[in-house]
Amino acid sequence: MADEAIFLLLHNEMVAGLYRAAEQGEGENGRCTTKLESMGFRVGQGLIERFTKDTARFKDELDIMKFICKDFWTTVFKKQIDNLRTNHQGIYVLQDNKFRLLTQISAGKQYLEHAPKYLAFTCGLIRGGLSNLGIKSIVTAEVSSMPACKFQVMIQKM
Amino acid sequence: MAVCIAVIAKENYPLYIRSIPTEDELKFHYTVHTSLDVVDEKISAMGKALVDQRELYLGLLYPTEDYKVYGYVTNSKVKFVMVVDSSNTALRDNEIRSMFRKLHNSYTDIMCNPFYNPGDRINSRAFDNMVNSMMMQVC
Repeated sequence: MADEAIFLLLHNEMVAGLYRAAEQGEGENGRCTTKLESMGFRVGQGLIERFTKDTARFKDELDIMKFICKDFWTTVFKKQIDNLRTNHQGIYVLQDNKFRLLTQISAGKQYLEHAPKYLAFTCGLIRGGLSNLGIKSIVTAEVSSMPACKFQVMIQKM
Repeated sequence: MAVCIAVIAKENYPLYIRSIPTEDELKFHYTVHTSLDVVDEKISAMGKALVDQRELYLGLLYPTEDYKVYGYVTNSKVKFVMVVDSSNTALRDNEIRSMFRKLHNSYTDIMCNPFYNPGDRINSRAFDNMVNSMMMQVC
C-alpha cells in the first residue's frame, strides 16, 4: 500500500531531522521528544475532529478508548490495537504487537534504545485525540521487543 | 435562515457569535447563554432517556415568543447554537439538521488549519462566508 509508506517515511524523517537540528543547535536532547509529542498532540486534535464528525456520541470513557483502539488506529495505522487492558480506575494499556512505525526498524532487540523516539509522536497523537474528546491524560510508551509496544494511558481526573 | 449562530467551546465560552445587526445583539448573546443550560441538561439526561443515543443533533432547545433555539453538540463537546425566527415556519427539521452539518464540516476544516489554535476565537473568512449564507438576508 503506497499510502502507508508516505506517512512512515515522513515520520522517520521528522524524527531524524529534529534530532539532527538539536545536535547542531543547543544540544538539548530532552526537548526533541517533547517537540515530537506536541506535534502529535495538535495532529491528534485535528484528526479526532474529522473522524468523530459522523460517529455517534460516546457513552463513556471505555467507549472512547475502544474507539481509539479500533477505528482511530485502523484509520491511521491500517490495523487495530491487539490488546486493551484496564484497571477500571483510569489506567489503560494499549498493546500493539506489530506497530507500523517500528516494523521497518528491527524485529527483536536491535536498536531498542532508539525506539522511544519513534513512539513520541504517537503518544502525542493519542493524548491530543483524547484531549479533544474532553479527557485529560498522560500517555507513555514502552518497548520490550520490537515491533511490539505498549501505550499506557493515565486519565487525570480533574 | 437563522437569525443568530453561535459556536461555544467545551469550556462554555464563545468561539464565534454572529447575529443579524439590526436587532439588539445583546439579547441574542443572552439567549445563547441561557440555552447552554438546556444543552447541558439534554446531554446529562443521555444515559437515562433514549433522547440522543446516536445523534449529535439535539433538536429544539426551547421556544420563546419570537424565536426558536436549536442545539447541536459534537463529540468534542463543542456546541453549536442556532436562533431562528419563529415566524419563519417554512424551516423544517431536516433543513436545520443540514445547516448544523455544514457548520460542523466548516468547524472541522478550521480545526485542521495549522494557523488555528484550538480554543481561540474563530477568525476564518471561509467560516464567515459559510455562516453568512445561512443567516437571513437583511437589506
